[in-house]
Amino acid sequence: MARSLDSSHVGSAEKGEWPKPLKAEACELSFYYGSRLVLKRVSVPIAQGNITALIGPSGCGKSTFLRCFNRMHDLYPGTRYEGAILLYPEGRNILDRQVDPIEVRMRLAMVFQKPNPFPKSVYENVAYGLRVRGVRDRRVLDEKVEQALRSAALWEEVKDRLSALGTSLSGGQQQRLCIARALATDPELLLLDEPTSALDPIATGNIEELLQDLKRRVTILIVTHNMQQAARISDWTAFMYLGELVEFGPTKRLFTTPTNKQTEDYITGRFG
Amino acid sequence: MIKRRKYAEALFKVLGLSSLALAVGTLALLFGALVVHGIGRLDWQFLTSFPSRHASQAGILPAVVGSTLVMLVTACAGIPVGVAAGIYLEEYAKRTWFTELIEVTVTNLAGVPSIIFGLLALGLFVYMLGLGASILTAGLTLALLILPVVIVTTREAIRAVPVHIREAAFALGATRWQTVADHVLPYSAAGILTGIILALSRAIGETAPIVTVGALTFVAFLPPAPITSQPPYLSFEWLMSPFTVMPIQMFAWVSRPGEDFAANAAAAGLLLVGMTLTMNGLAIYVRYRMRKRVFW
Ligand SMILES: Nc1ncnc2c1ncn2[C@@H]1O[C@H](COP(=O)(O)OP(=O)(O)OP(=O)(O)O)[C@@H](O)[C@H]1O
Ligand SMILES: [Mg+2]
Repeated sequence: MARSLDSSHVGSAEKGEWPKPLKAEACELSFYYGSRLVLKRVSVPIAQGNITALIGPSGCGKSTFLRCFNRMHDLYPGTRYEGAILLYPEGRNILDRQVDPIEVRMRLAMVFQKPNPFPKSVYENVAYGLRVRGVRDRRVLDEKVEQALRSAALWEEVKDRLSALGTSLSGGQQQRLCIARALATDPELLLLDEPTSALDPIATGNIEELLQDLKRRVTILIVTHNMQQAARISDWTAFMYLGELVEFGPTKRLFTTPTNKQTEDYITGRFG
Repeated sequence: MIKRRKYAEALFKVLGLSSLALAVGTLALLFGALVVHGIGRLDWQFLTSFPSRHASQAGILPAVVGSTLVMLVTACAGIPVGVAAGIYLEEYAKRTWFTELIEVTVTNLAGVPSIIFGLLALGLFVYMLGLGASILTAGLTLALLILPVVIVTTREAIRAVPVHIREAAFALGATRWQTVADHVLPYSAAGILTGIILALSRAIGETAPIVTVGALTFVAFLPPAPITSQPPYLSFEWLMSPFTVMPIQMFAWVSRPGEDFAANAAAAGLLLVGMTLTMNGLAIYVRYRMRKRVFW
């Protein structure tokens, strides 16, 4: 039951602040863990070919929101979605019961907060998404694996040890390996949940640069704790608080002239 | 004050050490006695001969073959079923009161005395299904016996695979079965295998349930060979053959009067202990080797 967008969603966003074209859009999305309401009618547009950042204090529901997009919550009993997430170009509600979560996950990719490579070789880590999709041809696999590792700026470091265990890489390399794994399947939308929170500033810088390069090819939705990071890399920012969307707008505008008092307090670090 | 506490500590050390010495010492003494009595009889003739009225000509061949074949049946029946049940309970089953009940039952079954399994098997396999006192019956009985252990260890091994690894697979679009087959099982294989080997090494020494289903104590023949000269070259007749196993053979010798048979019993015991220790050693080795390649 996809609801079309009406003016009430725009909320704080001014005219001309609504992105176009869209890759996806959360419409009045609510989410329950059991009987506990964690997301309250959140509406956020995801602009095609842009980076959208999701900021907010710990526990406000950022990860929960992100995990709705690839139906990760379906894995656990007692969870419930309400509202819709429309995936463009066709504008279908991917939360619909009729939609197979696997079909959704085939089109999106996710990078988790903690690097989570498989205890398999670097090569197999990157190739796994393709194998799941039934790719058997060795040449295609080789090519795609190299391409993905190059996109994740990891190729030069691992090209001589593709058969080493993915888990034996350094933390920053592991996270880039996870990004490569996510990119190998040419996702339409890349979901990142605080991908740099376990990394040092240099590794973080590498990944931020990487995301800038990637956004030409793939739409990115990133959760971050770090406001400077959001300001540096994103085109659009959504600020969430206690499961609600407080403000959404172009990053520049939101960080310079927030329209909402709470947003202002949060981005200036005056948050209680 | 401090002196008194130190005194208590020293006392505990002495107590602990002497308990340890008692436990290990008894074991060592038992094993030593077995070695002293049995090692002289443990030769090629002993391994390749049939039982006999003359202790010095008697051998353990039918019991070794019987034990091996029974274990084969046990492994073929018990492992797939146990592992599959463990996977199902851990990965597929929804948490309901019914699955909780099954879980509690399985865990408790692991503690049921083995003779109860023997009685159950006597009723089910021997009388109801008419399988007789055969290798098949014994193998299935021991399979039942190890099933709870295999299920529990499989589940524990599977549970040790972290959630974030599963989520990584699911996020790439893997189905539940792909996640299990490509990730969960390979990463928990060391634990599962260890559990299986330990379960089998326990089963090989089981006596009570095998006696209950009617194993013989004097077997002067081997079961029919599994490979034949005529097509289809494979025969499963051995499954229905009467048999004996090593602990029963050992018991039969122990209950005979005379020093000579006692030596035979000790030799058989030595062989049995050796096999069990080998299997346990194998389990440790497997775990060590495979753990080295799996970490997160
Ligand atoms: N599996 C769960 N069951 C019940 N409640 C949960 C579960 N996971 C998260 N929550 C609750 O939902 C709320 C949102 O959690 P979420 O992980 O989305 O926050 P977050 O914004 O990502 O926080 P952080 O920045 O610390 O990662 C929190 O109050 C949390 O306690
Ligand atoms: Mg989070």
